[in-house]
Amino acid sequence: MTAAHETDVVIIGAGPIGLFAVFELGLLDLKCYLVDILDRPGGQCTELYPEKPIYDIPGLPIVTGQELTNRLLDQIKPFNAQFHFSEMATSLEKQEDGRWKLKTDAGTEIIAHVVVVAAGAGSFQPKRPPVPGIEHHENAGDGIGVHYAVRKMESFRGKNILIAGGGDSALDWTINLAPLAKSLTLIHHRDGFRAAAHSVNQMRELEASGKVKFHVASVKALHGEPGKLSGVTLAGADKAEWHHDTDVFLPFFGLTIKLGPIAEFGINLHENLIPVDTARFESQTPGIFAIGDINTYTGKLKLILSGFHEAALMAQAAFAIARPNEKLRFQYTTSSSSLQKKLGV
Amino acid sequence: MKIIGTDRQGNTREVEGRDGWSVMEILRDAGFDVAAECGGACACATCHVYVTDGWYGKLPEPSEAEIDMLDMALAVEPGSSRLSCQIICSADADGIKVTVAPD
Repeated sequence: MTAAHETDVVIIGAGPIGLFAVFELGLLDLKCYLVDILDRPGGQCTELYPEKPIYDIPGLPIVTGQELTNRLLDQIKPFNAQFHFSEMATSLEKQEDGRWKLKTDAGTEIIAHVVVVAAGAGSFQPKRPPVPGIEHHENAGDGIGVHYAVRKMESFRGKNILIAGGGDSALDWTINLAPLAKSLTLIHHRDGFRAAAHSVNQMRELEASGKVKFHVASVKALHGEPGKLSGVTLAGADKAEWHHDTDVFLPFFGLTIKLGPIAEFGINLHENLIPVDTARFESQTPGIFAIGDINTYTGKLKLILSGFHEAALMAQAAFAIARPNEKLRFQYTTSSSSLQKKLGV
Repeated sequence: MKIIGTDRQGNTREVEGRDGWSVMEILRDAGFDVAAECGGACACATCHVYVTDGWYGKLPEPSEAEIDMLDMALAVEPGSSRLSCQIICSADADGIKVTVAPD
């Protein structure tokens, strides 16, 4: 275990609001660490709609989710925030010295004066097919059971593999795992795929050569003791069911948003949202703030621009906690040479 | 127009639709458990519903984009599965029956 990182503020979520919070906090000389379960910044903007235009960002008549993220990253560059991607914030504890210790599922520990939850609707997690008992076959170990991602291709060598889905992940892993699998079967609810055309062509070639079997079907039941998957019941388009032997089942239906461990942090929640006051955007636990889609208050609108406003007010309150002995000087970036120095302009 | 909605627990109730609104918006505002993570942009497949009792065939056909996005939905039933953000309320859909799909 490496030593815990120490900083002024730890932000959970590197979506647009978490990113802009770095800017507002940075102007006040507060240093930030960010933790996000996704492997890149932008949150919903880059995960759900990177190419779709957004029309209600003040001053940007049209901007895509990816572009907005890129611009925010550019804007916060001077503040040198530290990012921990592909890590889920799993626990939050108050220390004796009054600071907070956040832990992630990768073993990272971050100690901060202030915690800012900018987690949107929660954390992106793989969609789990609604098959009874599927959870008993997750985390069963390498090369057996249900997996939502392929971490070590080698662990699937010589296995009977069943892949479900019609997107790029399903097709890419069909193509990559077919050469080392004992058998590989792909199922999807239709005889068509949204994946890239060249991937579909490659899959069709593998099917024609007999290396991959494809069925229009879905999984209705899993068989085998917990942790010892032995087969599944498949149902075809005509509802006819049959047994299919398999060691592993890899469902690839993309990601969905679940609140996740934040629910266990001891922060007061109301219908999976964090109630905050509208002067500080602080939760009912002092020192823990919530901004963006994750918070709730009278009149709340889930808009990016509202989150930006919330970030600015939060930063003022966070300063008082992180720098109790300093007086906050309110300044404008247009006229303050000290702010301009921080921005490197 | 009316929408007859059934939630994941099997409870059915009638809700008032609004011309030009999407069925997703009506269901969401009426308290049905429809995540609609992307807010109706046909980008997430979390407003998946089953259109039942012959209503599927009476609706305008799904777009290419919707068919593609349904590839990311769970428990898709061909001939029944739709994304409710892509079904628009109108007199032609008065009485439509939908069931929220599992998440």
